[in-house]
This record gives sequence, C-alpha cells and structure tokens, in this order.
Amino acid sequence: MGFDQYHEPANELSPETRTRARMFASLTEEAEAIGWYDQRMSLEPDAEARAIMADAQTEEFKHFCMDLEFLLRRIPIWREIAQGVLFQSGDITELGNAAEEAADGDGGDGPPADDSANSSLGISGLKGAGL
Amino acid sequence: MNHLLRGHAPITDEAWRQIDEEAKERLVPALGGRKLIDFDGPHGWHHSATDLGRTDREAKAPTKGVFLTTRRVLPLVELKTPFSLSREELADLDRGAVDADFATLDEAAHQTAVAENLAIFHGIAASGVEGICASSTHQSIPLGDNNFERYPEHIAKAIEMLLTAGIEGPYGVALSPDSYTGVVETNEGGYPLLQHMRKILDGGPLVWAPGLEGAVVASLRGGDFLFESGQDLSVGYESHDADQVNFYIEESFSFRVATPEAAVALSIAP
Repeated sequence: MGFDQYHEPANELSPETRTRARMFASLTEEAEAIGWYDQRMSLEPDAEARAIMADAQTEEFKHFCMDLEFLLRRIPIWREIAQGVLFQSGDITELGNAAEEAADGDGGDGPPADDSANSSLGISGLKGAGL
Repeated sequence: MNHLLRGHAPITDEAWRQIDEEAKERLVPALGGRKLIDFDGPHGWHHSATDLGRTDREAKAPTKGVFLTTRRVLPLVELKTPFSLSREELADLDRGAVDADFATLDEAAHQTAVAENLAIFHGIAASGVEGICASSTHQSIPLGDNNFERYPEHIAKAIEMLLTAGIEGPYGVALSPDSYTGVVETNEGGYPLLQHMRKILDGGPLVWAPGLEGAVVASLRGGDFLFESGQDLSVGYESHDADQVNFYIEESFSFRVATPEAAVALSIAP
C-alpha cells in the first residue's frame, strides 16, 4: 500500500499535517468519483443503471462537501477566501480576486495587513504593570 | 499561514502551546520598558514605517516652479532571536512531561527583552531610534556610589524636576537588575526601602528592566513615549533536522520620544 498523499517525509510531519494530507487525498478522490459518474451517466443508455449512478454520485457530493468543510475549518485563510467565492452571484474570477485581496489585507485600512497578530504571544501593552 | 511558518514545524499543537506559554512567562517580567510607555498596534508584519507627520523640502526644484518635498518616516526595526529545542524533549512534552528543558528558549526570551529595553531606554542609533535616556532634556542625576538608601532621595528629586517642567504624573521608575535587587533587599532602619519608594511614586510602578543602565523616572500620563508594534512578540519556525527543531522569537517595532522632558535618567556613570 502506498502513501502517495505525502510529499515530505511523513515521520517529519506533525500529526495535524498528516491528518490534513489524508483529508486532501480524500477530497481529491471524491472529486474524481463525481467526475467519473458524470462521464458514465452521459454514456449509459439504461435508465435504471443511470439512476443508481446518480444516487451514488449524490453520495460523493456529500463526501466532498464534508471533506471540504473539515479542511476549511482548519485553514482559516482558505475559509475566508471561500466565503467570498462560494454561493455568491457574479463573475467567479472577480469574486476570487476580491476574496484573495481581502484575505491578504490589501483592501484598505482597518485590520492588520496579515494574520501575524493572531500568531503572536498576545503580550501587547503592559503600561502600569510592575511592583 | 503567515511568514512565521508555524504550520511547517514538525511539532504538535500541544508543543506549540507550551512553547508559547513558556516564552510569554519569560518575556513579560523582563519587558520593563513596555511598562512605562504607550503601546500602539500590532499593525502586522507588513507594517514598515511610522508616519512622523513631517517633510524635508528638497533644495533643488525638479523643474521650474515645482517644489519637491519628501515625507519623513521612522522605519520599524526587527528583532529576531534564534533558539533550538531537542526533538526528543518535544516528544516527551507530548507524553506529558512537566519538566521540559526550555533553557535555550528562556535565554532567547530574556535576550529579546533586553534588546527591546535597550531600544526603549538607550535607543538604536543605526536605526534612528532615540531612547528615553539619551533624548531627555534634563540633566541626569548621578547615583554616585550607588548607595541604595539614597534612591528615594534621587527619585524625589527627579519627580520635582518633572513637576517643574510641567510634566504631570503618575510617575514610574525603571531600574537596572542590580539597582532593582538592591532596592528590594535594602531596609532603612527596619523599614523596607521598596515601601518608601512606593509612597513617593504614589502607586506608580517600579519595574525591573534588564538592559537599562542605572534608572529612569518617567511620566505615565500618556502621549510622551510611543511604541508602535508591527508584529508583536511571536515564536516562529526556522528549520529542523533529525535531532532538533530550530525556532526564533521575533518582533518588529518603532519607538520615539514625543516629549523629551517627560523623563529623568539616574546615571551610574561618573
């Protein structure tokens, strides 16, 4: 059995990174299965067989969405960009560019220009502390 | 993920939590400068300069009838202190070890705090950062033979100088490690010197400031000493091999003194 989801030595990766790698592999497999059913149904002349395939494909939609949601919850900036693109109306490329720009913090004043503040030790001001 | 690359470190979330906690525990007591100044931010790693609101007029016009002025800014400085932890030790953390060896992290945290205090009190000439001591317009008060029993007298004198200059309190005092130890350990006829100094300061803080030479009395009324944080103190991941993981403590900031007369230095130097 191979472990193709790893592109770096698995024993050097944290457990969290290995879990994400498995979910990325799973997401890819679900997307492939949706595509395969799509092709099969387009050629299958038997209506009963097509109905079974459609039912199976619906399962893959659900699996894909669950995998995606898992990854979005663990990668906040991906989630932020997805919120600007998914279930929106309008030009998809424009939505994508706008969501990316907003996530990068290039959209103007206000919040920090990156998420380094969220990774800090949170010490900030200490004025007045002491003996 | 940001430039700290924390997600690439081959360590668990629990190990990160303990590293951050240890770093914070070591940094906070030693960040004496921050306890006397105004903190603004953090504005993020991309933040590169502080607006000074001033310009320099170029003597030579670029073309006839056109004036050229250049905005003046104070660039942020970056402090980065590397340290390494054993992978074996990190693995033991995940097994529940409570006596992890964080000596290298502790030393890095202390040195980072010293560097920040040095910038706040003594400045960084190469980066245009003027420290509180160097920029003070008051004559420094000599501590002479550093007799700790005379510290209340010196501090009372400094406060009088500030009041005379129209600088209101509350006031705080930063002490070098030697002075701090001396103040805490000294009694005046059985009465703790520390209590005497607290009375003079009327509730203002007395802080330990490794990196500071001598002592400083400063007003805490606000608007006088301005620390602008880009990225606040953080732990980042550098690299790893089979035996150890290499980290660093990092921050970016600028510091400026808006009111040079709002502090008085107490100097050990003759």
